[in-house]
Amino acid sequence: MNVSCEFYRSSVGKKVVVALTGAVLFLFVVGHMLGNLKTFMGMDPSGVHHLDMYAHFLREFMAEAMGHGNFLWLTRVVLLGCLLLHVVTVAQLQARSSEARPVKYKKQTLRASSVAARTMWYGGMLVFLFIVLHLGHLTLGSLHSDFVEGEVYRNVYIAFQNPLIVIGYFIAMCVLGFHLYHGVWSFFQTLGLDTPDRNCALRLVAKVASFVIVVGFLSVPLSLSLGLLPPPVGM
Amino acid sequence: MKVTVHVWRQKNASAAGKFVTYPMDDISPDMSFLEMLDVLNDRLEERGEEPVAFESDCREGICGNCSMVINGTPHGPMRNTTACQLHMRSFSDGEDIYIEPWRAKAFPPIKDLVVDRGALDRVIQAGGYISVRTGSAQDANALPIPKLDVDLAMDAATCIGCGACVAACPNSSAMLFTAAKISHLGLLPQGQTERMERVRNMVRQHDDELFGSCTNYGECQDACPKGISINFIGHLNRDFLKANFLKVKNPRREVESQ
Ligand code: HEM
Ligand code: FES
Repeated sequence: MNVSCEFYRSSVGKKVVVALTGAVLFLFVVGHMLGNLKTFMGMDPSGVHHLDMYAHFLREFMAEAMGHGNFLWLTRVVLLGCLLLHVVTVAQLQARSSEARPVKYKKQTLRASSVAARTMWYGGMLVFLFIVLHLGHLTLGSLHSDFVEGEVYRNVYIAFQNPLIVIGYFIAMCVLGFHLYHGVWSFFQTLGLDTPDRNCALRLVAKVASFVIVVGFLSVPLSLSLGLLPPPVGM
Repeated sequence: MKVTVHVWRQKNASAAGKFVTYPMDDISPDMSFLEMLDVLNDRLEERGEEPVAFESDCREGICGNCSMVINGTPHGPMRNTTACQLHMRSFSDGEDIYIEPWRAKAFPPIKDLVVDRGALDRVIQAGGYISVRTGSAQDANALPIPKLDVDLAMDAATCIGCGACVAACPNSSAMLFTAAKISHLGLLPQGQTERMERVRNMVRQHDDELFGSCTNYGECQDACPKGISINFIGHLNRDFLKANFLKVKNPRREVESQ
């Protein structure tokens, strides 16, 4: 039988696919969070927001080699592919596991698993819902009340004047934090990279990474809604 | 001491099961859990009722037969302890104790607390063996093995195949069992010949038996009466990756003419 087919059909192989696609998504999330922090850098002397310049830079990155915006599109396709593969594979595993215990226990005491681990599936689905809404909100702008393509700082500033949207983002990021609290450690265990002497360190890495990501992402909407950052030019 | 036990009673695989409550008034705290069930069964027989079917054999924690979920935990509340080694002093006076069978699709019920754990045997049959020279026994220590490898292999080999890992896992996965069996052979020189086939065949059998898939909850190592670490699942995952991607699938290809 074909190697990759046998691999993907097995529960262990599927888990590895989940871990690898999860790692790609994780690296993206870290990069996205760091990029967002450009919001705090204000304007450059010519009066353009650093955040807008950054968005422009992403579009023009590798433009000479690949053409205008193509690198950005390549990244989007890869990320979307990873996200879909992650979700489809996880759904297959979830279906298999939920059929594996037809009669439930009257009493089941869970002593070892974290809340984060137990909510991977439902939390993951919330993250998926958030990704869809977030793309509509701040990438495509179709869910935004007053969207102007390319004026990122302005779009973000307007979006987070609405406290309901801030609360929504707050909840979504906490859910993502939970997902990564288990997911980052789980990645190492799934690939067989965890050992008893590394376990403490790897669990700590997962805690710190998920905490930093949540705080990093939330710093932007919270600062904007608390009025810690100036309105965009012309408002 | 007094306890109230609620036991899962089920006539056979096709009958519907239910909990039946039995008050037990004069239980000695020094009784083992199975002795408490023996007392219950004596009383049931005196009254002409059907005794509770449960498995036990060694009653010293080495055979893995005494499978039952006690108050939501396989083998009961005491860590690193089988149900037969558990004592009634681990419970408080007047406590309600729920006793259920292992519940998993891969373990079809037989009667009351007894389920068919043959799926675990079939996982072993799929690859839990090694090739050895038969005939006169080899000299002891003819094959030098590093102490650490021996210890690690022994840690995995303490698995008594009771199935508590499956019973505890919210996914009903048998990964800890499969990983222990794969590791205790794969860590030793004698287990190298079939090492790569073994992991592929045993994982395939694990999946065919309709066990769930592991999500690294860690409930299995917590429930394991032998305290086997999920680190062995990491070993399994590594071997599985190697077997699928690093080793030549068709070794003959290497000697074919070019
Ligand atoms: C930004 C997006 C996401 C990131 C960074 C991410 C990251 C991860 C990581 C690192 C893992 C650990 C893999 C492992 O167990 O070895 C994981 C597992 C998981 N993810 Fe995601 N994920 C994301 C989105 C999603 C979405 C949208 C779902 C939708 C349902 C989802 C559902 C799951 C589930 C159920 C698991 C556990 C799978 C298992 O252990 O078998 N994730 N994720
Ligand atoms: S009866 Fe043998 S381990 Fe409990």
